[in-house]
Amino acid sequence: MKKENSRRSFFKNISLASISALALNGCDPKALKEFLQRNFRTLSKKEKNDIVKNLEVKYKETYGKEFHVSAEPAMEGVLFGYALDLSRCIGCRKCVYACVGENNQSREPQIHWIQVLEMEKEKGIDLAHSNVHYNPEKVPEKGKSYFPVACQQCRNPQCTTVCPVKATWQEPDGIVVVDYNWCIGCRYCMAACPYGARHFNWGQPNVPAEEINTEMHYLGNRPRVKGVVEKCTFCIQRVRVGKYPSCVEICPVGARKFGNLLDSESEIRYILENKRVFVLKQELNTQPKFYYFFGI
Amino acid sequence: MKHRKNVLVKLSNLALAFSIFLLTGCQQKESENTKLPQLSEVKESGLKKGETLENAIELPPFSDGIFPCSDCHTDLTPNPLKRELVDMHDDISAMFDHDKENRWCTDCHDLINRDYLKLASGKLLDFKESYKLCGQCHGEKLRDWKVGVHGKRTGNWNGKKEYLLCVHCHNPHSPKFKQLTPEPPPIRQEDIN
Repeated sequence: MKKENSRRSFFKNISLASISALALNGCDPKALKEFLQRNFRTLSKKEKNDIVKNLEVKYKETYGKEFHVSAEPAMEGVLFGYALDLSRCIGCRKCVYACVGENNQSREPQIHWIQVLEMEKEKGIDLAHSNVHYNPEKVPEKGKSYFPVACQQCRNPQCTTVCPVKATWQEPDGIVVVDYNWCIGCRYCMAACPYGARHFNWGQPNVPAEEINTEMHYLGNRPRVKGVVEKCTFCIQRVRVGKYPSCVEICPVGARKFGNLLDSESEIRYILENKRVFVLKQELNTQPKFYYFFGI
Repeated sequence: MKHRKNVLVKLSNLALAFSIFLLTGCQQKESENTKLPQLSEVKESGLKKGETLENAIELPPFSDGIFPCSDCHTDLTPNPLKRELVDMHDDISAMFDHDKENRWCTDCHDLINRDYLKLASGKLLDFKESYKLCGQCHGEKLRDWKVGVHGKRTGNWNGKKEYLLCVHCHNPHSPKFKQLTPEPPPIRQEDIN
């Protein structure tokens, strides 16, 4: 391309530069710093710690509570896997709301990371005719089966490859995460995900201060803003300190199993080795680390 | 004239470079390769690799004031005959649905030592170990429960785990899992304002 060294280009450039300088001057220094923050993966440990400390202060100002925001990295030798016993699930949706509470999903407008699909037992696993809005007096209903779906934590995730700004990636322990500061809200990842596991904040998310979970991870359940995408992180704030995800702990029938795929003694490995498992939409080669099985 | 133009171009390039510099942030440091915590370190705090847990953490869920059974039964003459119970334990008689046709209280409860359960071998069993009694018939379930596949575990995926006993989820006198009221369904997309 021919370089244009004209008076016109000078005025064009200088005005652009002054407009951007003016726009940046308009913000308060904290917001400016946050705006100029680099991608989380490129930050040093010290920079990460400074950022989470600043977030703790910011959240305290907003919600009037003490917060703990973690930037805990992945443990070495750990690859997280999940298994769900479909013969046990009764469709009570306790996992859905435990997840909302733990991970600070917006209540209004509503976001649920877990969708429980109701299916006709006769038809087997029939995603196309499943119903997420079922609402009988009591569950399980005769002739129905239930199929909870959330992020499948693919080994070969399509959501991360389509992200134009690299705001979402797979961590060394296999968890697919989003840096909400980098997400530009293009929703390409939502289009790429074959499981409907990503959710967009169409409005300003709203979590009541008295219900907010103050134990947070930067890549997980910290408050989101309008215009960003969010998803299940296996409760990154819990599992990176050794706890089970909150859906595992709430499940009244013990259908949800979690552990380290690289540990031959773990219950998840026992299931893989001793039960017949399957993954959802295997033909797409997404290679989920979320397995379904029939325990009976 | 040409000289002036060059200066102008240089100036504008400088201004642009400065604004780009501002936008990309000033500290271009290499991210440190921090040492990740080792799995083995975490393991030490909880259950050792390969160690199995013999007892559940929570106590058996007795009805209020029912235990110890000997409080009442010491003064009663044991009656081993299978019958419909009236006055006391009639609630259990009414709900009893655990191979009702073939079984009776004293198949699991010891006739003499009322505060204990009884295995088929005649061995007495504390209520805290009731899972061994269940395992006599449901061996496959006991095996799955021990490795954490059947039933619920809470605690740490890489350390100490808490178990529930069979009887925390299944009423031993009527073990089929009871229906629950579901939590509300998600809002329909067309109802979001």
